[in-house]
Amino acid sequence: MPHFAKPREGSWTQHFGLDTAPSSYEDSISPEHYELERKAIFERTWLNVGRVEELPKVGSFFTREIETARASIVVVRAADGGLRAFHNICRHRGNKLVWTDDPREESRGTCRQFTCKYHGWRFGLDGELRFVQQEKEFFGLRKDDYSLISLQVDVWEGFIFVNLDRSNSTPLREYLGRIAKGLEGYPFHRMTEVYKYRAEIGSNWKLFIDAFTEFYHAPILHGRQAVPDESAKLSTFGYEALAYDIDGPHALVSSWGGMSPPKDLAMVKPIERKYRSGLFGPWDGPEIGPLPPGLNPSRHEKWGVDSYLFFPNFMLLIWKPNWFLTYHYWPTSYHTHVFEGACYFVPPKNAKERLAQELAVVSFKEYALQDANTLEATQTMLETRRVTTFPLCDQEILLRHLHATAAGYVHAYEDSRRAPARARAR
Amino acid sequence: MQNVLPADFADLERFADWVLPTEAARYEKRIASTMEQLQEFYDAAFPRIDDAMAYLEKYELGEMPEDATRLLWLFCALAHASFPVEVWRQPRVPDSGAASLTPVVQPAI
Repeated sequence: MPHFAKPREGSWTQHFGLDTAPSSYEDSISPEHYELERKAIFERTWLNVGRVEELPKVGSFFTREIETARASIVVVRAADGGLRAFHNICRHRGNKLVWTDDPREESRGTCRQFTCKYHGWRFGLDGELRFVQQEKEFFGLRKDDYSLISLQVDVWEGFIFVNLDRSNSTPLREYLGRIAKGLEGYPFHRMTEVYKYRAEIGSNWKLFIDAFTEFYHAPILHGRQAVPDESAKLSTFGYEALAYDIDGPHALVSSWGGMSPPKDLAMVKPIERKYRSGLFGPWDGPEIGPLPPGLNPSRHEKWGVDSYLFFPNFMLLIWKPNWFLTYHYWPTSYHTHVFEGACYFVPPKNAKERLAQELAVVSFKEYALQDANTLEATQTMLETRRVTTFPLCDQEILLRHLHATAAGYVHAYEDSRRAPARARAR
Repeated sequence: MQNVLPADFADLERFADWVLPTEAARYEKRIASTMEQLQEFYDAAFPRIDDAMAYLEKYELGEMPEDATRLLWLFCALAHASFPVEVWRQPRVPDSGAASLTPVVQPAI
């Protein structure tokens, strides 16, 4: 007997027109398929690389190493206040332009211009070549021809996105679509108290997204994090989402969350009762005014969190007590990726709020560590190929959608490469 | 020797090694501790939570005297110690194997 209503079709999966057959996970264990995903997805879609608060003034910059796209980029706030993004390569002889101490590490800071460490060529914040060491030694060199190679950069609600495909013609907002539109106006900019973590994970990038777009696992894998009575109850009830939504490659799952604050204090651990906080966040969240219409799409009174996946690798979790989490999954090979998780709060005014945030962050880490280790166990067993198809339930609908979407991009890419060859053959 | 914490919390002075300024340092301290050490800290600090909250309530964050800031850090550390004591019965998250999360950005206080 379902606790929350499902669509007329009887299931979310059928409602959104996805098939219900067991799924293959070959797309997560094949090095060849990963090579295609790199080109078809990560070199062609809008990728979130940071927030505008990281670039507070003219000349503020950061670099990002996007290994899966074989790219290093630098994003900077230019003199007109707008953002620019460039490939992080000097036009003279290809040295990495911006780095500190270790060229493999990302760097950030503020500068008036970028100066190459190798021969001292200097580039302005708009990418223009401004100075060439011993310019007269060169042969008819026109500085205008040697600007930094720019890439498309745009901002949605303070989140900075770049697109490595110079021929991309889909504007960011159009790409993000209806689901992102519904979130516009949320005061992300007020949530500047940030805790950010990074982990190297031994699994395909899609497997971690799988883990975070279904909560079917939560009462089991994380069962012991609740008090024993509550844990037993949760595993009997299992998990049902309030709602799912899908728009193009992007998706959301909306969940209940009775823990912030709980109906009954006996449901939570002693420390949570004292600090008035837990996994769902501080119980006494800040006042932030009316929420945008996209949040809590089913308008359920028990709403606790909405999790958004903006394809390919950016997740946003907005919690009822007015804070948010971001997750990013940056592939490094077919069976490894770098995970980044960050908690964003309105800065605490006093010790009580500070302690509540600390407990929320610690709780997030406990859950994430359990998730991370399970992934490696899944990846290694999938790679044995002893079992090749896997049944997914209705609460795992977003997994089907993610894998189907990624495969769709790969097929479109392969088709686009075959098409010119066929044309030539004729 | 000079006290680390406000005088009202002299009973917690023996846990001064839990006064650590970052979330990362507190987590390290937790996983480097034995269950006996975690339990001892928890048993002593937990009953003082209300007193600490009341004491710290007098101040705006960022305008606290140093000893009050250290008291805040001690109770931040209690959030870390609570997991092994209340839930796991071991310092690390069970089944977390080699997994680790490295802090990249942390608040100043």
